[in-house]
Amino acid sequence: MTQVDAITWDVVVVGGGNAALCAAIEAAETGARVVMLEAAPKPYRGGNSRHTRNFRCMHEGPLSVLTGTYGEDEYFDDLIRVTKGKTDEDLARMTIRDSETCLPWMERHGVAFQPSLSGTLSLSRTNAFFLGGGKALVNAYYNTAEDLGVTVLYEAEVRHVTVTEGRFQGLDARIGGKDLRIEGRALVLASGGFQADIDWLADAWGPAARNFLIRGTPYNRGVVLRDMLDQGADSVGDPTQCHAVAIDGRSPKFDGGIVTRLDCVPFSVVVNRDGERFYDEGEDVWPKRYAIWGRLVAAQPEQVAYSVIDAKSLNLFMPSVFPPESADTIEGLAQKLGLPGNKLRETIDAFNAACRSGDFHPTELDGLATEGLTPPKTNWARPITEPPFYGYSLRPGVTFTYLGLKVDRTARVSAHGARLHNIWAAGEIMAGSILGEGYLAGFGMTIGTVFGRIAGQEAAAHVA
Amino acid sequence: MSLDITPTLTATEEARRQVEICNACRYCEGYCAVFPAAFAERSFSDGDITQLASLCHNCRGCYYACQYTEPHEFALNLPAALAEVRVESWARFAWPGAFARLFQTHGVALAAALVLGTALIFAAIRMLGTGAGDGFYAYLSHSAMVAIFAPAFLFPLLALAIGTRRYWHEVGGAAVTLADLRAALVDAGRMRNLSGGAADGCNYEKGDRYSVARKHAHNAVVWGFLLCFAATSSGTILHYVLDMPAPYPFFSLPKLLGVPGGILLTLGAAGLAMLKLRADPALGAVAAWGGEMAFVILLGLTGLTGLALYAATGTGLVAPLLALHLGTVLAFFLTLPYSKMAHAAYRLAALTRDAQLKRRAG
Ligand SMILES: Cc1cc2nc3c(=O)[nH]c(=O)nc-3n(C[C@H](O)[C@H](O)[C@H](O)COP(=O)(O)OP(=O)(O)OC[C@H]3O[C@@H](n4cnc5c(N)ncnc54)[C@H](O)[C@@H]3O)c2cc1C
Ligand code: SF4
Ligand code: SF4
Repeated sequence: MTQVDAITWDVVVVGGGNAALCAAIEAAETGARVVMLEAAPKPYRGGNSRHTRNFRCMHEGPLSVLTGTYGEDEYFDDLIRVTKGKTDEDLARMTIRDSETCLPWMERHGVAFQPSLSGTLSLSRTNAFFLGGGKALVNAYYNTAEDLGVTVLYEAEVRHVTVTEGRFQGLDARIGGKDLRIEGRALVLASGGFQADIDWLADAWGPAARNFLIRGTPYNRGVVLRDMLDQGADSVGDPTQCHAVAIDGRSPKFDGGIVTRLDCVPFSVVVNRDGERFYDEGEDVWPKRYAIWGRLVAAQPEQVAYSVIDAKSLNLFMPSVFPPESADTIEGLAQKLGLPGNKLRETIDAFNAACRSGDFHPTELDGLATEGLTPPKTNWARPITEPPFYGYSLRPGVTFTYLGLKVDRTARVSAHGARLHNIWAAGEIMAGSILGEGYLAGFGMTIGTVFGRIAGQEAAAHVA
Repeated sequence: MSLDITPTLTATEEARRQVEICNACRYCEGYCAVFPAAFAERSFSDGDITQLASLCHNCRGCYYACQYTEPHEFALNLPAALAEVRVESWARFAWPGAFARLFQTHGVALAAALVLGTALIFAAIRMLGTGAGDGFYAYLSHSAMVAIFAPAFLFPLLALAIGTRRYWHEVGGAAVTLADLRAALVDAGRMRNLSGGAADGCNYEKGDRYSVARKHAHNAVVWGFLLCFAATSSGTILHYVLDMPAPYPFFSLPKLLGVPGGILLTLGAAGLAMLKLRADPALGAVAAWGGEMAFVILLGLTGLTGLALYAATGTGLVAPLLALHLGTVLAFFLTLPYSKMAHAAYRLAALTRDAQLKRRAG
């Protein structure tokens, strides 16, 4: 390996996910000398980006795998709906408009797309799916970056960025077990959020956060984010909030990814550790409710809940990665799940008694509601009567955190209200600038691609 | 990577474990026929797993794309898991089965078959050589060749037919219609799945980079083999129907088909062998690597010795080269139902079954 600490690099990129790669590629294409510092070892490179499946893309007509049209206003309306207005309109509209040119750029840089996956037909117009998912995308970008001469260092955790009088001077990193100083003329920060730092999560959210599962990489610990905030960088986003969804309670603590999702809730009765229901399971279709359920489960004792269905519902939702617990009686199931059997029996009986006859339609709001039950179940309420009975445990799974660095249209970071001279940020670390609350499927990768490219171009122009 | 992730699971159980994870993920849907076929099901019988394994052509796209490969605890390696199932299933279906276990995994056994075949032809030339005919028949009479090769050709066909029937039974195939067969042949002919679906080729020899080298080499082998086969068939027709016995001049069907066929076969097999050396063995059936490699070399040798024989026309090398060439061809055909070559039959059967299932699903 060349002496990475003996060179003054043109552009230093911190991170190894989508945003970092887009920045590194854009900068290297101008001929700049680029180094990427990725905290993860090579098999785990690519951060949360390796877990993604698609990105949301505006288009004025059929584009690659995308059908129909998806215009700026419709896209923006969709965004406003989920963020409840907590978004910077100027940055958001710019991101949306730029997304259209991203798709062909991605294809030119090795990303292959596929038609929308089975079970996700509703996204075929708005979201372009990566062939093989995010890891294939990340692999393609690493190959492109390598061909462009980008130097990539793995197991390279950045610990401290030296900023003097608004100017990046160099940074301290632990690379392959050694403490090294990396010098550079421009810096792009693309090191994601802080959700993998459980202590920080617990400080922000409360002790309950210790029972949360982290859906993505264990390497996004927010070390650089905190270092920058400590040095007065301007921030955006609610520091106490994270995006959490209800996932399979048996998932690994980190990196469980997409397969840990559970789509059974709307067809089930959900109880807490004490065997009690606590929320309307049938309020809306699952894609619109899975984030709310992350919060609901987080508020239950020990941050756990149990979803119970019977035989007639087992095939109504996407298969789970772990098989459910099953038993021929409710009491037997309660025992397997570690729930009080009498209480679960009581809850299910009360629920069954409140069910009314009517037409059941699993794919739409069918209005098949309970009567006289609190909380009610307002759709898909069918009695749980047909053995075998099945149960899944649910826990909150954190996708990302909202707190981030504030950037402008050129992805430039500021401190104390003044633009820093040579520091840019892209991806999750600045996504709070646009996504103040909620989440729109596929928008994380859009933000990373648009701002990664801008940051790379701007940093390269600065050193040209 | 470690090869004993789950030592307690059989190959089929391990593949099922992995396919069930895929079914909750689905990211690889666009790579090949395995995924849409798997995602149409919710649970997988042993026969389902065999069928999925036979649809896989080990392009490895799904390995490099997978976020769950080791060191992740889910330990996905679908190309290897399915390859293990394939190798086991071919041994199970082959008739007689013991030969499959021998030739599939043991390159040495294939080499021994080659030596035996060649020795046999040598002995035949010695004992039966007539010296009465023209060309090759000067060394081994036409009737002697027929006596050796007709059974050597018909036996593998019979053995493969039995194996394919067993496959069909295990995967629960229904009566085959012309439409199913046509769909399968079109798929196979275009090597649609070898193109990596929406991707540009395989992830075979260049790790996570796509490459079309394997597709081209495989195409060369297939077309080379078919041309050689056509050359022999045309020779048979010339001999029996038109009463024009060999030797044939260069501008004759047997030569015009056979020479390019031999060249394609030799180059294609050399290409496949080289790619196999560069590819990661841990993403295939590790124990079968040697047998597969020996098979590719044997395949290439049938082409190369044929070309050498032609080039040696009129020289003293004809007798040994004839023995070597015919011995190679003999070894190739006799081991065919048990070597990697059998995949052609099982794969066609799998594509036919896939077409059936798709049609039924509408
Ligand atoms: C399971 C899951 C599925 C998702 N699916 C989608 C989807 O389909 N579409 C979508 O748009 N979004 C999706 N998201 C969100 C998406 O993953 C993020 O929005 C996006 O990946 C952010 O990209 P990034 O490059 O900013 O961060 P990341 O890809 O997370 O990259 C951050 C990188 O920084 C490195 N790093 C961290 N700290 C340091 C340090 N101190 N020094 C050096 N390197 C460091 C990490 O190792 C990592 O490589 C999903 C998230 C999860 C968890
Ligand atoms: S191989 Fe991995 S990425 Fe592909 S479908 Fe299976 S689990 Fe998903
Ligand atoms: S190795 Fe290739 S052919 Fe086999 S399952 Fe994976 S993607 Fe499909």
